[in-house]
Amino acid sequence: MNQSVNKTTASQPEAGKVDRDAVARRLARDVEEGWYVNLGVGMPTKVADMIDGDKEVVFHSENGILGMGPGPAPDAIDPWLVNAGKKAVTLLPGSSLFHHGDSFAMIRGGHIDLCVLGAFEVAQNGDLANWTTSSDELLPAVGGAMDLAVGAKRVWVLMQHTAREGEPKLVEKCKYPLTAPGAVDRVYTELGVFEIIDGRFSIIELANGVSFEQVQALTGAPLHGN
Amino acid sequence: MIDKRVASLAQALEGIADGSTVMIGGFGAVGQPDALVDALAELGIKGLTIVANNAGWSAETGIPRLMDLGLVRKIICSFPKGSTVFRELYLAGKIELELVPQGTLAERIRCGGAGVPAFYTPTSVGTPLADGKEHRDFDGRTYVMERALRADVALIEAWKADRWGNLSYRGSGRNFNPIMAMAATLTIAQANEVSTDPIDPEAVVTPGIFINRVVQVESRVEALLAAQRQA
Repeated sequence: MNQSVNKTTASQPEAGKVDRDAVARRLARDVEEGWYVNLGVGMPTKVADMIDGDKEVVFHSENGILGMGPGPAPDAIDPWLVNAGKKAVTLLPGSSLFHHGDSFAMIRGGHIDLCVLGAFEVAQNGDLANWTTSSDELLPAVGGAMDLAVGAKRVWVLMQHTAREGEPKLVEKCKYPLTAPGAVDRVYTELGVFEIIDGRFSIIELANGVSFEQVQALTGAPLHGN
Repeated sequence: MIDKRVASLAQALEGIADGSTVMIGGFGAVGQPDALVDALAELGIKGLTIVANNAGWSAETGIPRLMDLGLVRKIICSFPKGSTVFRELYLAGKIELELVPQGTLAERIRCGGAGVPAFYTPTSVGTPLADGKEHRDFDGRTYVMERALRADVALIEAWKADRWGNLSYRGSGRNFNPIMAMAATLTIAQANEVSTDPIDPEAVVTPGIFINRVVQVESRVEALLAAQRQA
């Protein structure tokens, strides 16, 4: 398979025209056959549609579904079946339904192979900040993010490399309140794939047409070759 | 003869006092016992503490309706966004919020029903939500102590109920309902179908021991679809 971040995007990352599907597709390539996977709300939900047809992956939804399938046709919506984003979904063969106690036992108990989350910031030691941008936010909400971050076997962050105004989201130390310390294993952005090893960002690969200098300039912590 | 069925929402809600803690099942619209919540709002019982995952989504029905009528003192939940009624009251300082990570909320409720007063979890360690809580290391990892949650009343929704109070669910409608059913002094279920015939024991999800009253209420398909469109 080709490198999946297109060159136009990669060479002009500051233009803000990130091909989110391409980043989700790149992450999906690394998801392994047989994994139980939880996808966070937002950009991570795209990963479900990007898994190769020959790989069987079981998607978990925190509200009590294993084996969640894609959204139904408009005339086939089941009003009683929604995902964590409260949107209609379907059930695949081999699926199961359960309550919140069991669902979070799966999460907290280390039974989920991979959780894909969005983030405001990821620090080089794996600290994750993705639930609130201020310690005195007017209306805070946390959902299942903290449980997923501490419980899943692997936590991969899927996000744009920089924030809207271009500030780095990969940083030395998070300035926002943490979701969980030392939780993140990998980060996928439109500029590349980065692994957290021994308290630093290690480059697994850079997107097509992206140089080390370009990505370093948009990153708030030192990057290291792998 | 055991018969937990009641004929009306008013009978189902009899005896709830001002100042009660009320658990309300549901994740978003699915599994939320809206008919019971709306009937509770009509009764005007005041000073409620609500335990639920969300703060509701529509001003006309459910939890926001209770709030709009000034009946709610406090909500314990994980994700209060999406409710304009809650937002306005909260920003005006007229309602208290206890924000709990979703899995911790579920486990606090489960423990409340299971006779476990507290537990340790890794969730929220190193975050502002662990401030002021007891921390303890087990096998080299740090955990925070969380207390169990119980309620005076649990309002839950099931798909089917029988006269013994056994319940089964539909789709993603279980969510918080089976654990909340265990954690209250008085548990009241609304079900789309209530029958004199027993539910197949192999299909019972919530055993009748946890249920005090069941009332038949047809599931509001249009409201569920409207909530999906809003998501």
